[in-house]
Amino acid sequence: MSQTLQETLFRLSTLDRDVLSIAWLSLRVSLTAVGIGLLLGIPLGSLIAVARFPGRGAVVGLLNAFMGLPPVIVGLVLYLLLSRSGPLGALGLLFTPAAMVAAQALLATPLVAALTRQVIADAEAHLGEQLRSLRLSAPRRAGVLIYDARFSLFTAALAAFGRAISEIGAVLVVGGNIDGHTRTMTTAISLETQKGDLSLALALGAVLMALVLAVNAAAAILRSHAAKAYG
Amino acid sequence: MSEPPAIHLQNVSLTRDGRTILDRLDLDVAAPGITAVIGPNGAGKSVTLRVIDGLIRPDAGTVRLSPGRRAFVFQRPALVRASARANVALGLVSLKLSRRERLERIDAALARVGLLERAGDAATRFSGGEQQRLAFARAWAMRPDLLLLDEPTASLDPAATETIEGLITEMAGAGTAVLLVSHNLGQVARLADETVVLAAGRAVERGPTRSLLFSPRTVEARAYLTGELPWTSFAAAS
Ligand SMILES: Nc1ncnc2c1ncn2[C@@H]1O[C@H](COP(=O)(O)OP(=O)(O)OP(=O)(O)O)[C@@H](O)[C@H]1O
Ligand SMILES: [Mg+2]
Repeated sequence: MSQTLQETLFRLSTLDRDVLSIAWLSLRVSLTAVGIGLLLGIPLGSLIAVARFPGRGAVVGLLNAFMGLPPVIVGLVLYLLLSRSGPLGALGLLFTPAAMVAAQALLATPLVAALTRQVIADAEAHLGEQLRSLRLSAPRRAGVLIYDARFSLFTAALAAFGRAISEIGAVLVVGGNIDGHTRTMTTAISLETQKGDLSLALALGAVLMALVLAVNAAAAILRSHAAKAYG
Repeated sequence: MSEPPAIHLQNVSLTRDGRTILDRLDLDVAAPGITAVIGPNGAGKSVTLRVIDGLIRPDAGTVRLSPGRRAFVFQRPALVRASARANVALGLVSLKLSRRERLERIDAALARVGLLERAGDAATRFSGGEQQRLAFARAWAMRPDLLLLDEPTASLDPAATETIEGLITEMAGAGTAVLLVSHNLGQVARLADETVVLAAGRAVERGPTRSLLFSPRTVEARAYLTGELPWTSFAAAS
């Protein structure tokens, strides 16, 4: 065990370009997916929070359930869509980083939407009447509520990033773990563990942890700066 | 009194969760001028203002308003996590002002309630009284034709109360019809031309403020004005 640890430290000190490019790919894929998730999830969640329509309760329940969507299922469904004989096969996206982005975006979007719905519903309970009294249009009201809830939505974005960067099932199925092309931190760790190279797996794990901590720390600093002004 | 009323409510009823909140309510508010609505907690005063502002649809009855801009200062100010200036600006969005005009009006409004030097501060971190003054400033900036005030000075210190009362009088003098809900009977006496007493969702009495305050005709108005608590008389009777 202590030998593995020593080796891990050694591997960490000599991290090669491969590891860095894998880390970079993981970061790029997950951040892009979260970006898409925010772009889709925030409007969707806000709409469900403010709109009144039949079957709304069921939609909310479904959305909350989708927060826990198993990544490997998302990967599988996307695989079927993107495979050569699938309806989107012509795009030729299977086993590309784009497919991994799509898969993680599918995981991030319902999570962001569900958290947004809750946060915006609370903001609406507090401000909704006032904003309607000010005769603001529906889109404008939604914009004000999103702005008012921005710090909570920030937390939702971090949760989505955590889910994306740490999942393995979806990227493995649609990405294929191809060396130098679609290998991410999680798929690489899994592979090295299976091959028995525990020290490399641990070194990669340490890098992944560092990555997650760095993103969260950067976010926390940004947030506290903003909150200092208008918390 | 030849002007058409700014607000005309007739036979307005509202039931929620099986409870009657407004019960065939009739209410007329003259324009311009200040009309006060008084009555015990839970009488339906705030709900009446919401109905007038179109935020709640009554189950029955007629709501007729003269055309023009409305502003509503809520009993509990609802402010956005943004600067005081941004919160006032929100009231001007639907007014289509030029940028310069908008900024001038915002600063004038903040100055009138003594918050100009706090213009850039987070409104949600203001004290209760400061938030209430900010909410009033937003309504003032809108230059409404109809102003709905729900206990606008409830958490204000005496000096701020005097300032706000001055602004209310000034706005009424400039032609705004004001509907003022207040538990501060001194304030009602100082400001209101007409007063309506609401009890259990009904307008039980109305009249010129002085005569109503000093010689109420109905049991409900008398009970409210003499500070008799409905549940103590109930307890004594049982
Ligand atoms: N949305 C609602 N749903 C159900 N009941 C409501 C609702 N809003 C108000 N009520 C009820 O209507 C009654 C009147 O409320 P309202 O807020 O108008 O009282 P009020 O006269 O303004 O009292 P106060 O002097 O305490 O401000 C209360 O009993 C309240 O519980
Ligand atoms: Mg009230």
